[in-house]
Amino acid sequence: MDFSLSTEQKEIFEVARKFAIKEMLPKAAEFDESAIFPREIIDKAWELGFTNTCIPSEYGGNGFSLLDAVTIGEALSYGCMGMYTSIMCNDLALSPIVIGGSAEQKEKFLRPFTEKPLLASFCLTEPSHGSDAAGIQSRIKEDGDDYILNGEKMWITNAGHADLLIVYCTIDPSLKHKGITAIVVPADLDGITVGKKENKMGQNCSDTCGIRFENVRVPKENVLGAVGEGWAIAMKTLDHSRPLVSTIALGGSVRAMDCSIDYANERKQFGIPISKHQSIQFMIADMAQKIEASRLLIQKAAWLSDNNLDSTLIASAAKAFTADSCMQITTDAVQIYGGYGYSREYPVEKLMRDAKLIQIYEGTSQIQRLVISRKVLGK
Amino acid sequence: MNIFVCVKQVPDTETKVQPNGDGTFIETSSIKWIMNPYDEFAVEQALLVKAANAGSTVTVLRVGGVKDTEALRTAMAMGADDAILVDAEDNLDSYTIAKSLKGAIDKSGKSADLILCGKQAIDDDCLQVPQVLATMMELPSVSVIVGFEQAGDTVTVKREIEGGALEIYEVKTPVVLATNKGINTPRYASLPGIMKAKRKPMQQLSLADVGVSLEDRRVVYSDFSLPPEKPAGKKFDAMDDAAAAGVVAEVVGLLRTEAKVL
Ligand SMILES: Cc1cc2nc3c(=O)[nH]c(=O)nc-3n(C[C@H](O)[C@H](O)[C@H](O)COP(=O)(O)OP(=O)(O)OC[C@H]3O[C@@H](n4cnc5c(N)ncnc54)[C@H](O)[C@@H]3O)c2cc1C
Repeated sequence: MDFSLSTEQKEIFEVARKFAIKEMLPKAAEFDESAIFPREIIDKAWELGFTNTCIPSEYGGNGFSLLDAVTIGEALSYGCMGMYTSIMCNDLALSPIVIGGSAEQKEKFLRPFTEKPLLASFCLTEPSHGSDAAGIQSRIKEDGDDYILNGEKMWITNAGHADLLIVYCTIDPSLKHKGITAIVVPADLDGITVGKKENKMGQNCSDTCGIRFENVRVPKENVLGAVGEGWAIAMKTLDHSRPLVSTIALGGSVRAMDCSIDYANERKQFGIPISKHQSIQFMIADMAQKIEASRLLIQKAAWLSDNNLDSTLIASAAKAFTADSCMQITTDAVQIYGGYGYSREYPVEKLMRDAKLIQIYEGTSQIQRLVISRKVLGK
Repeated sequence: MNIFVCVKQVPDTETKVQPNGDGTFIETSSIKWIMNPYDEFAVEQALLVKAANAGSTVTVLRVGGVKDTEALRTAMAMGADDAILVDAEDNLDSYTIAKSLKGAIDKSGKSADLILCGKQAIDDDCLQVPQVLATMMELPSVSVIVGFEQAGDTVTVKREIEGGALEIYEVKTPVVLATNKGINTPRYASLPGIMKAKRKPMQQLSLADVGVSLEDRRVVYSDFSLPPEKPAGKKFDAMDDAAAAGVVAEVVGLLRTEAKVL
């Protein structure tokens, strides 16, 4: 057993960390306050090879393992959780093509992402179907060589800027998950309307919108795998993307702990730095434990996936544990800052707002427990 | 053009430096190494010159311990073609380092058209290697450059002097130049760059290979120690006028007798 990263992974982490500290961190507060989409940062990140980590080298990608990808994810999320949500969104959106696409589909849809900084969105959630994703209502109907797509999606990350949409829909809602189909939809097709950007609690720079599909004509050849295979593709995608999303929590947690340590050493009350008060020390000790455990769960989930072993349980455990830990850690960071922590002049209240989302998207913390309990109870 | 860049590996700026056991150097076992920040400007400049002169190569040189090779790997990940590492202790003096660098360039079999260095290393701050190297190689050198333009074998460089004024030099290549902050913005190593760097050649030489022995040292470090800890500051309570008068006399007295600044 070996817990160390490879020399290249260490170098990748260092360069990603440098990028996060020099390019992302200084803009995090302003981009949050004014809800500015981090287009320039995404483009620079693409330039350096931090995006689209899931694209295999045969199609122009860097051929990264998931362990490489989570190493990048932790480093970048340290700079800004919201920016990284928008950066990693392509991995979530393109994974279904990597997992379920044919060689021609991969060549056609993935390669352009390695040639230009394009964006893709993963469109699963609907206004009335979130956790209960198998019940989605967006529908395709056969029409000659095409399918006609109708429906509505909600909470779609990067939707306002996406070039390509990976849409989950059903051929017949009564079939439940057996009817679910994943289809690749270029965002400029007729009949697609992107709603206004949601006004969120946190991760404000990241773009989130609803999308409406009205009689959108999509060629049949854009279906990934076959009609009815969408659910299996979505589940495999989540095994891959949950460790990555977990790195958002991990990077944010490390940042919150660093801020807490600096502040606790500087701030004096009762004549001594507050870091000399045991209750503050213990809060920071709890942060350190949770961060260490978060990283190990993420790395294990990634390692299982890289070795084609069943990673569902550990990926869900990583997602729930890192998200819940990040919520606790960022809340404690605000506590350590006291009144200053509650002010937007200081960095930690943003971390707390950003953290909340991680307990919700990519399967809520409750849904992760559902997945885990089914696995361990053998149901 | 054959471009050589001399890079040094220095402790990360956040390192808390400690002397080693026998005081001959700092404790290096748990240090995180980075490329000397001024050398990043030299690497970047070399890559810019390479891009402007088709068929050029950039070779990075380093004299130092072989256990960690971050600086050379970073330079190759940024785009340098190959590297030469001269295996030596990390605590050599400027003279021996310059002699080793010259030896490595001679050994490379390429005639140098341009040699770039950072203006100083942020660890020992000696500011000597570029000039000593130029003297040994009988080449002109300009240090602390903040501007670079090239027309054939003539380069025009700007050099910052006291008060922010600039000196402008026109020199013929081959030349040794030492870069300062402001000359360019060093690129990040890209991830494909990091992957490619794995396969780029890194030649390893010994001090003997480059014609240097430890007898060459002009300076031998013998006693590293931490500066004495600053005594805690003194506070004087002068909240009311009555106390203030006495405190002023006391402070003036201490400034004379203890701090000896008056
Ligand atoms: C900023 C943002 C970005 C997003 N980006 C995307 C995206 O790019 N693509 C995409 O497809 N979706 C995206 N989502 C959607 C996200 O995945 C859903 O919001 C999430 O899955 C929860 O669904 P819901 O909001 O409908 O909540 P609901 O499913 O209505 O859940 C409400 C509450 O009930 C709980 N609950 C539901 N069912 C159960 C159960 N069986 N057992 C116990 N508790 C249960 C939930 O845990 C939650 O606490 C995004 C959401 C947000 C907020």
